[in-house]
Amino acid sequence: MTGSLAGGLAGTVTHAAAVTTLPAVGVQKLAWLLLAFPTAGSVILLLGGKRTNAWGHLVGCAMSLAAFCYGAIAFAVMLGYPAGQRGREVQVYTWIPAIGRFHANIGLLLDPLSICFVLLITGVGSLIHIYSIGYMSHDPERRRFFGFLNLFITAMLLLVLADNYVALYAGWEGVGLASYLLIGFWQFKPAAAVAAKKAFVVNRVGDAGLSLGIMLMFATFGSVSFAGVFGAAHHASTTTITAIGLLLLLGACGKSAQLPLQSWLLDAMEGPTPVSALIHAATMVTAGVYLIVRSAPIFNLSADARLLVAIVGAATALFGAIIGCAKDDIKKALAGSTMSQIGYMMLAAGLGPAGYALAIAHLLSHGFFKAGLFLGAGSVKHAMNDEVDMRRFGGLATAMKITFVTFTFGYLAIIGVPPFSGFFTKDPIIEAAFDTGGTSGAILGTAALIGAGITGFYMTRVLLMTFTGKRRWEDDMHPHEVSSVMTSPMVILAVGSLGAGGFLLIANRLIDFLRPVAGTPPLSHGFFAPLSWLTLALVLVGAGLAWVMYGRREVPVTAPRGSFVTVAARKDLYGDALDESLLMRPGQWLTRLAVYFDNRGIDGIVNTIAATMGGSSGRVRRVQTGFVRSYALSMLVGALLLVGALLLVQL
Amino acid sequence: MISPANYVALAAILFVIGGVGVLVRRNALVVFMCVELMLNAVNLAFVAFARLHGDLGGQVIAFFVMVVAAAEVVVGLAILTSIFRARRSASVDDANLLKY
Repeated sequence: MTGSLAGGLAGTVTHAAAVTTLPAVGVQKLAWLLLAFPTAGSVILLLGGKRTNAWGHLVGCAMSLAAFCYGAIAFAVMLGYPAGQRGREVQVYTWIPAIGRFHANIGLLLDPLSICFVLLITGVGSLIHIYSIGYMSHDPERRRFFGFLNLFITAMLLLVLADNYVALYAGWEGVGLASYLLIGFWQFKPAAAVAAKKAFVVNRVGDAGLSLGIMLMFATFGSVSFAGVFGAAHHASTTTITAIGLLLLLGACGKSAQLPLQSWLLDAMEGPTPVSALIHAATMVTAGVYLIVRSAPIFNLSADARLLVAIVGAATALFGAIIGCAKDDIKKALAGSTMSQIGYMMLAAGLGPAGYALAIAHLLSHGFFKAGLFLGAGSVKHAMNDEVDMRRFGGLATAMKITFVTFTFGYLAIIGVPPFSGFFTKDPIIEAAFDTGGTSGAILGTAALIGAGITGFYMTRVLLMTFTGKRRWEDDMHPHEVSSVMTSPMVILAVGSLGAGGFLLIANRLIDFLRPVAGTPPLSHGFFAPLSWLTLALVLVGAGLAWVMYGRREVPVTAPRGSFVTVAARKDLYGDALDESLLMRPGQWLTRLAVYFDNRGIDGIVNTIAATMGGSSGRVRRVQTGFVRSYALSMLVGALLLVGALLLVQL
Repeated sequence: MISPANYVALAAILFVIGGVGVLVRRNALVVFMCVELMLNAVNLAFVAFARLHGDLGGQVIAFFVMVVAAAEVVVGLAILTSIFRARRSASVDDANLLKY
């Protein structure tokens, strides 16, 4: 059965072909190995202690590579099956045996969507592992770093391989934990510790949304497995489905740093650069997009939820791009670009079956070029004694040739110049947004188009300020090309930045591959439609503007004051200020009010009673004078009263 | 035969004398003697009523009171002696240390 074709935000969409999953056979039965390898790595490295210092990083890389090799084999096996039979289930563990109708199994799901992520996570992840050998070579805690990297890979693999929402949630939380540990890896820096805490807390907000969504699913369908939920989704009311969709969107916003939960991503740059590459390219921020695409059968049933996903994506695409324009810190400029690019993916995912496969395609090609860009930024930082201010770079192209070339490949890919990846994966998203029609389609498409132009501007700015122009660094700096263990992953990623997009989308390779999961998108206009030329023209205008401002003119070493837009963008468009005034301050007031009420109200009542008792007993105490005769008098009076009372009763 | 009312009246007079003595005198020895006077007033009343009713219970109680009084005097005089030794005074108003 194939889903019929009725794209668009307005109409209801026939839910994607309900593909039944078959039990896995042969080598795919060993899918648990994907989780076992990196788990073993992190256990060995984190529990092994100092004994593993000498060779720990090699174990970390080997485990990640082993997972990649298994993933590649499982992928090859999957390609051998006919399209309808590619979803394979591996039962790992019976968590709760059948009690009446209820039972809970932990299983892994190998299907076209999850295998895409497995290959991205383990492939790009392994390259980042290898790069980290060089990048962290001087760090005394390198072994622990690799332990955390492996933990990150494990959690992310569990997230994408789970066949039910609860196991997905476990991976989801594991990703949050690993990101906390890695962003705060240099916890002796207060900024890093604060950034890690911020990432964790902001993510908790999203996690709360996801967990509520899962609870609502269980309450509605009595199941949390993908098969159970998706099979019964069309029986539920539209309101329930929309509520579930919005809660899932909240979860996705937290992990993928989308508005309004975007604030943690820019601060997360305090972590070591390979961590930034891992978070931005292979793990973490892609989880939100995965969640939306995986939950396609739910979003297909609710146009409202889809529209909100698309709006959040388009808004974040612009938001991140504007922030990227003003940042002088090379890593923060790239972080802004990640927000923006993930925004494009969310926008695509919000378009329904027209966009799911495009979102995944852009996610995969983004994995290559963004990892390449971050590793390039990392090697610049490495060569410049941890300097990240682009105003102090300049003219690095001659000093670091390989880094310059690989960075340029990533740059051409992200701004979307043919034949680089971004052109093939971003333009179809803009097209699909316009194709949905109506006012919403026009607005979303225009936002995406403008975002592409701004991307051209800020990425050109990053490239020019870093690699060209006059040298603005201090005389005692001697930037040099980094070691080959760091350059080789960059070269591989550069090749991916060049070829991945074309490979995935020319001849609809990825779209056909994902069809069983993501449904059937409408026919594409081809890659050189008029809209593509318009996008390209806008990108070139942006790039030209950046060249006029930062290439032709000299870049001042201290940042000029700038217009109010620049000032706002430097401050992350007041996202933090908004959070602070809307959430943090009222929260503080609330606690202060509670403390005041507790001190004056609750404690006040108790203390007043105690003081009254104490005071009156202090006064009553005075009766004990120590004079025997007064006691005798009181006894006499007592006895007389007693006698009087007895007489009174008798009379 | 003398009327029982006379016995009761005498007992009441003795009891009041004893009670007033306890309240107004400061010398601990005199207070003691007044307490004894009160006890004996009660004893007199017990015996008188026992005789009136032809019941031995009152006489038995009088013996009990005498035994308790003897024991009380033993302890009381011992305390009194030791207080007098320590303070060279037998005034009950001086021994007022045990208070608030």
